[in-house]
Amino acid sequence: MTSNITQRKGIPFWRDERVLQWITQALVLGVVIAVILYLYGNMVASLEALGLPLSLEFLSLQSGFDISQHLIAYSRTSTYLQALSVGFLNTLLVAVLGIIGATVLGVVIGVASLSSNILVNRLARIYTEIFRNIPLLVFLIFWYRGFFLKLPSVQDASEFGPILLSNRGVAIPWGIAGLTFPAYRLILLAGFILAVVSALFLRQRGQRTGRMPFSTLGGLAVFLGVALLGWVLLPAAPLTIDLPALPETGFNILGGKNLTSEFIAVLSGLVLYTAAFIGEVVRAGIQAVSKGQTEAARALGFTGFQTLRLILLPQALRVMIPPLTSQFLNLTKNSSLAVAVGYPDLVQVYGTIINQSGRAVEMTAIMMSVYLSMSLLTSGFMNWYNRRVKLEER
Amino acid sequence: MTTSVSMHKGIQPPTSARPTALDWIKINLFSSWLNTLLTLFSVTLIYVILRGALGWAFTEANWAVIPAKLRLLLVGQYPSAVAGEVDYVWRVSLCLYILAAIIGLHWGASGRSGERYITALALLPVLMALIPVVYHLAVRPEGHTLGAAFLLALQILALDLVGLVGWLIGRWRGRRFIRLAAILWILYFPLVIVLVRGFGADYREGITPFASVPTRLWGGLLLSLLLAIVGIVFSFPIGVALALGRRSKLVVIRALSVIYIEFIRGVPLISLLFIGSLMLNLFMPSGISFDGVVRAMVVITLFSAAYLAENVRGGLQCIPKGQYEAASAIGLGGFQTMFFIILPQALRAVIPVMMGQFIGLFKDTSLVAIVGLLDLLGIAGGVIADPNYLGTQREVLLFISLFYFAFSYALSYTSRRIETNLGVGTR
Repeated sequence: MTSNITQRKGIPFWRDERVLQWITQALVLGVVIAVILYLYGNMVASLEALGLPLSLEFLSLQSGFDISQHLIAYSRTSTYLQALSVGFLNTLLVAVLGIIGATVLGVVIGVASLSSNILVNRLARIYTEIFRNIPLLVFLIFWYRGFFLKLPSVQDASEFGPILLSNRGVAIPWGIAGLTFPAYRLILLAGFILAVVSALFLRQRGQRTGRMPFSTLGGLAVFLGVALLGWVLLPAAPLTIDLPALPETGFNILGGKNLTSEFIAVLSGLVLYTAAFIGEVVRAGIQAVSKGQTEAARALGFTGFQTLRLILLPQALRVMIPPLTSQFLNLTKNSSLAVAVGYPDLVQVYGTIINQSGRAVEMTAIMMSVYLSMSLLTSGFMNWYNRRVKLEER
Repeated sequence: MTTSVSMHKGIQPPTSARPTALDWIKINLFSSWLNTLLTLFSVTLIYVILRGALGWAFTEANWAVIPAKLRLLLVGQYPSAVAGEVDYVWRVSLCLYILAAIIGLHWGASGRSGERYITALALLPVLMALIPVVYHLAVRPEGHTLGAAFLLALQILALDLVGLVGWLIGRWRGRRFIRLAAILWILYFPLVIVLVRGFGADYREGITPFASVPTRLWGGLLLSLLLAIVGIVFSFPIGVALALGRRSKLVVIRALSVIYIEFIRGVPLISLLFIGSLMLNLFMPSGISFDGVVRAMVVITLFSAAYLAENVRGGLQCIPKGQYEAASAIGLGGFQTMFFIILPQALRAVIPVMMGQFIGLFKDTSLVAIVGLLDLLGIAGGVIADPNYLGTQREVLLFISLFYFAFSYALSYTSRRIETNLGVGTR
């Protein structure tokens, strides 16, 4: 069969690597598409057998269930879509506050585990080991059911200064907006703009004169000054502080703002857990900066704080950003475990809606795309920041 | 202390560098006012935590729930004599004994004396027996639970002995048995699955010792460990394939790998488990359905594979180009280069990261409790809800945390040993 045609053309096509590669790719793609189509076909058939053809119209139906914590207006007459938004905002709230808290605590733990004080660094290491080796879910459930639900009842809540701890949650002082609050908000906005402008000015002057610019500090001072001035100058105080108080009768704490046990348990649990991992990242980052850098900075006459702020931290930060990104992403995704303690996050609302409407496929698609876009946004932002601070080599 | 000898006249021996206890305290705890403050703060913290924890453990806690529910927590509903069925738990125990023997063999063959660890292992059963005794003497709770504790200690002692036999054999044959140990490790995990699963007739008609036990009866620690083992074993080849796919020159394959990896890594595991439990049966043609455990295993494997792929990719990226060039210079083809030159080096470089991921995988198996499986955490939820043991959340959850901690810590310890043995990062 091997005629002289093939000899004339050189390599036969079934041994030509490029052709083979394209055939393989086409085959793989074909198989993948076929499998997906097959699964999709099965799914559509099963859904039709259940009488639930794919559609998103159910989102505008009335939800009919309550959500204990909602950042936007919501009642049981609201739609499924509004319920989902409430869940999403609750997830976002825990994730954002969690990232801030875990970063702060994580830096403390990381620095503590490098402390020369043996007691402090052993404590930090033990803390890290405990949280690295126990599943978050087990800890969250323990934290919620073994600690927050075992707090005393509202009537004999324990008091920590103005904060009341009970099995119904944590009551904290809260400001009540007065008549002048809208005006005060404008003043704060003006103060913020003024602060940014003065910080930029200070930085420019610093670069011109070569002295320490104190731009952050200066900006903060300007903002606080404006805020204080506005508070004093307005005819009535914009916010009145409302302290929580124990009730004479009944089961609700009077006044203040009551944060539910679920919210506090999830938030503090995520912070405590992620801080252990961030602590490790911080420790590794600081250790990655060579000792010669500190010595050189000292030789140039930098003070201890200046060395940390201008020499060590910028370099440590560069090493820390990729692992920090993945910790932030982990925290965001881990906030989905809130469902186990009954915090009304996206996953819990998702579960409730599926129970009520039976729309598992559509709801799952919505939930996954929400998490996916949150993850992509976070990693996109961190990648941008990473590029900004990365080493510019010649 | 001052035994140093001055070799030449006129050269003074160094002054004693060894600090006294007081010096040590001063250097480590009170070197500056900040350190003094930190020390005082830490001492207060330790005091408050210990006082609260010990006070609770010895006065309020109701530890009777642990021995009463121990079997449930360890093997779940696995058919056992205690529940009035034909006993098959011995198959699980057999797995443990084999494990002990392999560990001992490996240990002995690698020529480690490891007296410290042997002492620790020998002390373990004693401790296991002692803790309940001390607790009984200190608290005098009602009911007798000492028997169960002693039985457990005896079993651990038996495990130790089997391990010792393995160690002696390994010691006797020396390094020649290292290869055997490696093969045994690889065979061990499939063997565990076969032993626990069984084959042939259902266990209720069970006359044969290896009658099959359906997965829905697996539970407790057994299920958690099996989920982790299955996840690790099966995600490994998939993960390596995905990593190679992501670095492939072929556009379609690369794109598919990237989409898969980024999608899985972008969503929480719990949402995938929900898909498994709510939707997997929708995708199957009617009539075919899997039970919950198998679905969880599939999901955990697919989830873990995406993360593993990223770790392996990290390893592949750190192989210098010269390795590829050298391989093709001595005439190796694409597959040969990959499997004999690149992958062995790349995988070795990422062993620590992979072990870290496997620890994470083991911890993540606890999530299956949310979709209603009875793993260690799921069973714990059931025990807490038992009306006979109301209010024992702390006891039960602390107890299972101990298991998670022990296994994860053992894994991370092993990973550090492997790291030093292979010289990762030093070569």
